[in-house]
Formats: sequence, structure tokens, C-alpha cells
Amino acid sequence: MLAKRIIPCLDVKDGQVVKGVQFRDHEIVGDIIDLAARYGAEGADELVFYDITASSDGRTVDRKWIARVADALDIPFCVAGGIRTVDDARAILANGADKISINSPALENPDLIDEMAREFGNQCVVIGIDSKREDGDFCVYQYTGDAAKTQAARRRTLDWAIEVAQRGAGEIVLNCMNKDGMREGYDIEQLSAVRSRVAVPLIASGGAGAVEHFAAVFRQAHVDGALAASVFHKQVVTIGELKRFLQQQAITVRI
Amino acid sequence: MSLVIVDSGVANLASVIAAVKRLNVAAEISSDAGKIRAASHVILPGVGAAEAAMAQLEAKGLSDVIRGLTQPVLGICLGMQLLFSHSEEGRGCACLGVIQGEVNRLAAKQDMPIPHMGWNQIKACVPDHPLLRGVKDDSFVYFVHSFAAPVGGYTLASCDYSETFTAVAGCKNFFGCQFHPERSGSVGSQILKNFLDM
Repeated sequence: MLAKRIIPCLDVKDGQVVKGVQFRDHEIVGDIIDLAARYGAEGADELVFYDITASSDGRTVDRKWIARVADALDIPFCVAGGIRTVDDARAILANGADKISINSPALENPDLIDEMAREFGNQCVVIGIDSKREDGDFCVYQYTGDAAKTQAARRRTLDWAIEVAQRGAGEIVLNCMNKDGMREGYDIEQLSAVRSRVAVPLIASGGAGAVEHFAAVFRQAHVDGALAASVFHKQVVTIGELKRFLQQQAITVRI
Repeated sequence: MSLVIVDSGVANLASVIAAVKRLNVAAEISSDAGKIRAASHVILPGVGAAEAAMAQLEAKGLSDVIRGLTQPVLGICLGMQLLFSHSEEGRGCACLGVIQGEVNRLAAKQDMPIPHMGWNQIKACVPDHPLLRGVKDDSFVYFVHSFAAPVGGYTLASCDYSETFTAVAGCKNFFGCQFHPERSGSVGSQILKNFLDM
């Protein structure tokens, strides 16, 4: 059986792992390599490193740490943040990242998804979508790494999810902004809506606060993985205890 | 031991290098025919599309070099698929053909997203193969792929997803893992160690 994936997300800013509440007021939580090694040892199935300043600053992700992470980890990891060209992506993959994730640049230039899927295969290409509930619908936001620059992308989340899958995205990470950092549970309704319309792997993001939230999102929204940051960084939930809980709930996990 | 990782121009080499480094083995990355022929072990990595990868190997004059190798060769992911006769990926392309068989698109099935991405379990199809020494049935390894070889005479271990497919293949000195041993934690590390011990 394919295991449900538990994916700690490390938001990186200026070479440190940080975490804010609802994408604002970032606080430093630790060194990249220390945290990566710790999560690998605890049983994380994959890690995502997201340079939250890269897209909104118009600069590309600093790559020096990627090779160090590749050396330290024996599980897959994905790098996100300001990847604007096929060459950016190639350099990151060459440094040892397994996947690259694009968010704002894909909104600016959707053809980038097709180009990257053609060049590297769609399994390498993850599309991150920041989505907010608005007037009974779900809408895409961009440049969410910087509160001052965050803006609506004038796209419906469901339409965009379908489009990115058609263009060749191999996986979608749906970050439900209203839930982010709140630790009140994932946005089951929104994730279920996307799940029912796209056939590529879907990763839930935003809102994890307790082991029950993970069980609920796997069971009710049928996502393939669940991403979380603050619950892991602050050790509200440890990955070992989470996986034992999920196993007791008859959810397939890698232990 | 002298391990050469074939530089196919499209592959993710750093993670493979790091994985063998954790086993205290230094790897040389090369697309030099002489160095590849002289190696005690050869790894053919692969991320990307079959047609582009085959075009790179042809352009570097490496297709016939690899076909002629007699030392242990391990293809990883796309590198494994390239060992087969043909891949259905893209417009379809002829591959190295050192393992007789076809690589096809994984069957589409309700609630089974393609690519098959994540940790899945493998089961040995031949008892006590040296490549799978110390690897228990139902061990989890990390897969990322949309294409796979069906189960055949070359299958050393299989995996179940939307269909049962070849997770580990072997034919004479040529071996392949559809998953990424370099990203499969301690199980993957054991398989790499087994390969290097051959």
C-alpha cells in the first residue's frame, strides 16, 4: 500500500528556518541542516524547504544550503521559492533536490509548468497554491511570502488546480491560508473539492494542530500527504507519535 | 572498488553521490567511455523523460558503452527504465535493451493519482537475491514515476499500485530499481550497499 506522507515544511528566510502565523510576523525556529536531520531521524517521509522571501523579493532561492541538505538527508526533499526559469530548476535539482515547487512564477507565466514538465518530467514539478476562502469561493493568492506584497491572483483555486494538472504538474500542495498557523485543523472542504477534480497527488497544507487533524484530512479529504510546520517545529506533535496514532487508525504510514 | 555514476546530463546526481558517500564510497561522475568501462560498479541514475535521456546517452556515445558493460550496473528510476528495450513515454522510444521488456504508462485507476509518488512496499519475487539481502518483504521505499515495467522474468521484487509492476529488475549484470534507493532511508541504503558488495 502507498503510505500517506507526513511532510514537515521548513520555511526558510535568510538561511534560517522561520514560521509566522497566517504568513506574517516570522520568528526563527532553527538551523536548516539541524532541523532537516532531526526530521529525517524522526520518520518524516519528505521535507519541503520554502524560501518565503524569494518570490516576493524578485530574487531566486539561495542554493548553497541545498547540497548540504542533500548530503544530510536520505529521504526526498523539495525546494520552493522564486524558481522562475528552467535553468533555476535545473541548478536546484543538480544540487540534490528531488523536486522543485513553483507558486507565484507559475501564476505569472503558466507556460513555465509545461516547460519544466517537458524538461524534467512531471514527477519533479510541484505546484504550490495559496488559497483563501472568499465570498463562498476559493481564490488564489500570490507573493504570500511578504504580507505587504500579498495579492489576489484573480483566479479561482479549482480552475487553477485543474489547469496546473493539465499543464503537467506532478503534485499540488494546497495551502489553505485561512487555516495557516491556526492549528485548528486542515480545510477539509476545500481540499476535498480540489481532490475530486484533479488526479495528481494532493498535499494538504495549513491548519494542523493535533494528531486527529492528520487522521481527518487523510480520511475525509483523501489527500496523499499532509504538510505542517509549527506543530512539528514546536514539538506540539512529534512525527513518531503521529505515525503510531495514524497506524492505530488503520491509515497506512511508513514506520 | 571504483564506482562511476554515469553523467547522462539530465539526472539528479547529487543525491546518489551523497547516498554512496554515507556508505563511505567515493563515486566519480563521468561520461567518459574509458572511465565507465574501467569501473568496478556503474550507476545509471535518472530523473526526467526517457526520450531526452536516451538522446543524451546517444549524443555522448554512451549507449553502446553501457550495453557492453560486464560489471554490475544499477539503473535508478528512469535509469532502470532505460535498461529495457522500449519505453512508451512521450512519443515512445527505443532504449538500451539490456533487459528484454517494455516500459509502459502505469494503469489509470480511480483514486490512484499518477505519478505514483511516495513510499510504497516491495515484495521479493526471487528468494535470497543478493541485491535484496537484509530487505524484508513489505519494506517501504520511495517511488516517483508514471511509467513502469510489468512483472516478468527479470522481476526481482514487485510493488502494487494501480497495477503490480517491477520494483527491482535484474538480468545478468544489469540491475534496476524503479524507486530511489538514495532517498529510501535505511532500506534504500541497504540495497545500495548490497549492489556495491556484488
